[in-house]
Amino acid sequence: MTQTMTAAEVVKAARSDQKVTGPELINGLVTDFFELHGDRLGSDDPAIIGGIGRFHGQPLTVIATNRGATPEEKMATHFGCPSPGGYRKARRLMEQAAHFHRPVLCLVNTPGAYPGQTAEENGQGAAIAQNLLTLSQLPVPVLTVIFGEGGSGGALALAGGDEVWMLAHSTYSILSPEGFASILWKDSRKADQAAELMQLTPTALKQAGMIEGIIPEPRDHQKVIAAIDKVIAPRLQALQQLTVPALLAKRQQRYRKF
Amino acid sequence: MKLYEKANTLSERVVKVDPQADERVPEGIYRRCPRCQTVFAAAQMDQYQTCPQCEYGFRLAAAARLAWLVDTAEPFDQDLQTKDPLAFPGYPTKVAQAQARTGLNDAVWTGQATIADTTFYLAIMDPTFIMGSLGTITGEKLTRLIERATAQRQPVVIYTASGGARMQEGIHSLMQMQKVAGALAQHHAAGLLSIVVLTDPTTGGVTASFAMEADLTLAEPRSLVGFAGRRVIEQTTHEQIAHDLQQAENVLRHGFIDQIVPRAEQRTVLVQLLKMGGRQDDANNDSC
Ligand SMILES: [Zn+2]
Repeated sequence: MTQTMTAAEVVKAARSDQKVTGPELINGLVTDFFELHGDRLGSDDPAIIGGIGRFHGQPLTVIATNRGATPEEKMATHFGCPSPGGYRKARRLMEQAAHFHRPVLCLVNTPGAYPGQTAEENGQGAAIAQNLLTLSQLPVPVLTVIFGEGGSGGALALAGGDEVWMLAHSTYSILSPEGFASILWKDSRKADQAAELMQLTPTALKQAGMIEGIIPEPRDHQKVIAAIDKVIAPRLQALQQLTVPALLAKRQQRYRKF
Repeated sequence: MKLYEKANTLSERVVKVDPQADERVPEGIYRRCPRCQTVFAAAQMDQYQTCPQCEYGFRLAAAARLAWLVDTAEPFDQDLQTKDPLAFPGYPTKVAQAQARTGLNDAVWTGQATIADTTFYLAIMDPTFIMGSLGTITGEKLTRLIERATAQRQPVVIYTASGGARMQEGIHSLMQMQKVAGALAQHHAAGLLSIVVLTDPTTGGVTASFAMEADLTLAEPRSLVGFAGRRVIEQTTHEQIAHDLQQAENVLRHGFIDQIVPRAEQRTVLVQLLKMGGRQDDANNDSC
């Protein structure tokens, strides 16, 4: 199915309202989920949902982007664009996961980090940067599934771990095809052309060695959840077999080759 | 991350408002400060290329900065060449032009340097090389520099100047953020000192990675330091943003910069921090 889609069609599908959501994925993949709020520095960004739960019986930390369901939620989450407090909440939960030796699962669908005056004042760049540092040394497995848009540094801040998997109808890119076309060709209408060039589809990214693999994405959300579960359960188990030095060396190598 | 957009800088906006301004200020004889708008004779500018009125540091090519910053400099990795990973139309030509103009293979100079017998590993990004954007070779040179510094137990000093990601390298550019972060994390874990000096402009993916990951963070007066582009913020929020939102002094007020250091003081400050800021059991601190 994916093979027959153009890059522009994948972009459209990745942004579809019909897609599985962050909360749905958490509830479908994890039992006994208990949400943990706040960055402990003065904010709690609803664009990032985090907490602990059980995955196949075993405790794990799960961190998901949230685009919101109602108009009010969409406004509050800036349509799934995290603020610095969201990245700091994620970082706090990653460090907590390391402290208690449980793996981290990140579920990402974001157009990117929120560009706003308050976000700038609160150090949006610094918040993402610190997550990258933390991820590179976190002594527990970190697996990311991109299930919609993987927008730039705002996605990388939750995707700098051991493995990155993508749903068939998702993208991962340096910026939106519209932004890319507008900056490089001064013409945002060339977005479709940009999408082809950018290597942002799961197929192109897999070919370029950017991701571990592609997860099929049937229309039915329960089937999507089952497909993700089927892929990540053995991967998390395999990563947990590694010693901490082996895990970190492998992770370092994953990014060193780029 | 948005590419740093040229038309959004204070300087470009001023030129836009008054298109004749440049014509009335003949290049080479007079200069106009893009921050305080003062017009002054170019001859009034010292070797540091700073505004005599407000201390704003004009954008410098890496070679020009190197000339006054260090006493000795031994470059690394000058032969690495980008592979044009997206086969982006016109990109190889753009790179070749930037190489010819700057004498660099990519947007950063890296090497071993000394100031007054203090040795350290140094990176200087060049804002005139495709806007100092973070290409694969930019990231590779930075990573190799930091890895060498870790192996040799040396401190690193990184001067940032960047429009952010290298759009023409797409996702390959994004991965450089994590690659350099990984090297810095190992350097830090080894107990070694890193210093970043933010210069005009430091934006996008560079701000969201190694520009904000050092132990000590300095900045040049009135330099632009931010994550998102001004126009992107204004289009997203439908609000006019404060003119100084992304000025280093304001970023310091919000807690992300240790100190603003004018160019004329940087040699002295770097030596002081290199000797005092790291672990005292490391050789560099009392080298003479
Ligand atoms: Zn001035």
